[in-house]
Amino acid sequence: MTGAGWRSRTSRKGERIMNTLWALLHDPNMRWIFISCTLLGLSSGVIGCFSYLRKQSLMGDTLAHAALPGICIAFMLTGTKSILYFLIGAGLAGVVATFGIGLITRHSRIKHDSAMGIVLSGFFGLGIVLLTIVQHGGYGNQAGLDKFLFGQAASMIGSDVLTLSIVSLFLITICYFLFKQFKLVSFDPGFAKGIGYSVGFYEQLLMLLMVVAVVVGIQAVGVILVASLIITPAVSARYWTDRLGVMVAVSGVFGAISGATGAIVSSTASSLPTGPLTVLAATALFVLSLLFGSKRGLLIRRLVQQRMKRRLGFAYEEQAATASVDERINKEAAL
Amino acid sequence: MSDFWILLTGVLVASCSGILGAFLVLRKMAMIGDAISHSVMPGIVIAFLLSGSRDSLLMMVAAMACGLFAVFLIQLFQQKGVQADASIGVVFTALFAIGVLLVSLFARQVHLDQDAILYGEIAYVHWNTWIVSGVDLGPKAVWLLGGTLIIIVTVISLFYKQFKLITFDPALAAALGIPVALFHYLLMGMVSMATVSSFESVGAILVVGMLIIPAATAYLLTDRLGMMILLSVGVGIASTFVGYGAAVIIDASIAGCIVCAAGILFVLAFLFSPSHGFVAKKLRLRKLVA
Repeated sequence: MTGAGWRSRTSRKGERIMNTLWALLHDPNMRWIFISCTLLGLSSGVIGCFSYLRKQSLMGDTLAHAALPGICIAFMLTGTKSILYFLIGAGLAGVVATFGIGLITRHSRIKHDSAMGIVLSGFFGLGIVLLTIVQHGGYGNQAGLDKFLFGQAASMIGSDVLTLSIVSLFLITICYFLFKQFKLVSFDPGFAKGIGYSVGFYEQLLMLLMVVAVVVGIQAVGVILVASLIITPAVSARYWTDRLGVMVAVSGVFGAISGATGAIVSSTASSLPTGPLTVLAATALFVLSLLFGSKRGLLIRRLVQQRMKRRLGFAYEEQAATASVDERINKEAAL
Repeated sequence: MSDFWILLTGVLVASCSGILGAFLVLRKMAMIGDAISHSVMPGIVIAFLLSGSRDSLLMMVAAMACGLFAVFLIQLFQQKGVQADASIGVVFTALFAIGVLLVSLFARQVHLDQDAILYGEIAYVHWNTWIVSGVDLGPKAVWLLGGTLIIIVTVISLFYKQFKLITFDPALAAALGIPVALFHYLLMGMVSMATVSSFESVGAILVVGMLIIPAATAYLLTDRLGMMILLSVGVGIASTFVGYGAAVIIDASIAGCIVCAAGILFVLAFLFSPSHGFVAKKLRLRKLVA
């Protein structure tokens, strides 16, 4: 095949993709879904930064699994599939889960990770029991409740989109206005307490915001994978900067790109759930950041290392050799 | 008869995961167990697409490879400066997403739907039997789980001393010349194996519950490793029976009910354990004050 022919074929293909994209954005329903998925990604990326810095990334996963029984109970009580009720149910379940984890770690010798595992699987088991009860029982109109497991943004209706967008914007606004406080609480809670901030309050508030972000994200990404929207953009953003403000912005943009990609791709092929696509988009951004990140990416680190080696010459190599032995011993011990 | 096979499957799952769970809980790797159980997904789906059957050796190998690959990636990212729990989150969501995507892409060719992955089909185990030259040998799931249990028991009892030392004092173990990394991956390999063989009958989430909850319950009841493993298996088996009974009564997911039963047993141990329970501690405190 000649180079020119190949190029024209790819450009034609690109044109076709652009055309479908254009058509999608002209479809008003699709446009709303696109916007709300983007906002979802943006807000969870922003919140995720703080939970990453406070080493609570997996809490997102736990909260998401815990939300399932909340959603089921909300449906059983109200009999409607309104997102607002689901938000309330899942939010309450998330608060109970957080409380449960705190209770277990504080009052027994069980460590934080086991406590998370217990709450996560216990709540999810309960959720599945309730889900099957709903499915077997005489609840009409339950179809689509299991869409919450993997997310199907295309099944959202107008009022859902509106609710989700408002909640996302609300999250972003809170983070904007309380940025200074959240920053201090994330980096140096002791100092924050010293200058008179109520650290406990801000920590609870951050946890509550995470619950909201997770619950909102479930609609698009599903219970099992929504943690990825909290974790992955924040981890990726960390490779590009050392400043919190920039990190929050980058993470938000990464989240937004992932959400948008998930919404677009899943609407072009009808059988694909939104969740996995969004997660894979986020993961692709993570791999790119890992390799090419401008602050801590592998490539830049290698370059810096080589420059150091050249400047310091032999002495450095010797030191590096002993350092690597030390590192290996530490690694073995860490296992 | 179907009750018998379902309960036997549940008991085998509880035994496999109870033994391994004790080590996971003690080594603070509960969430890695969670990550492995999600990460074996793509392996299972790919093997299924290649071989076209659910119970091939290929599936076991592919899923184990995926589980170990996930553990390897988690460690790699940690060494590259990603926080421990964040790297777990990144890896398992990515692998699970690949698995779910494959299932939905090839949903028509594959008799493997998302529900089965999540909640398993323990109610159907007795229909999928292993027939050798006309003789019905019982459900395949039971054979698979039985084999896994034998392997786990053999490996753990052969290297019990080593596993114990690595669990409680990895630095000493390394200093004594025990290949810590090798045993680490051995344990992780067994966790993947247990996950895969339980997967079809009980689903991805239940496996996590059975790995962590009974072991944590046992951790509240005893201070000895051997006793903890036994108790953990016992609690798992008890929750299988209670959960199955409850599921029959309220007509709900058996797997979900078993996990709920395990959760209830955990709460009981948390409150009333004679050595580490909430109530016992409060009483001891009061006695000290008085």
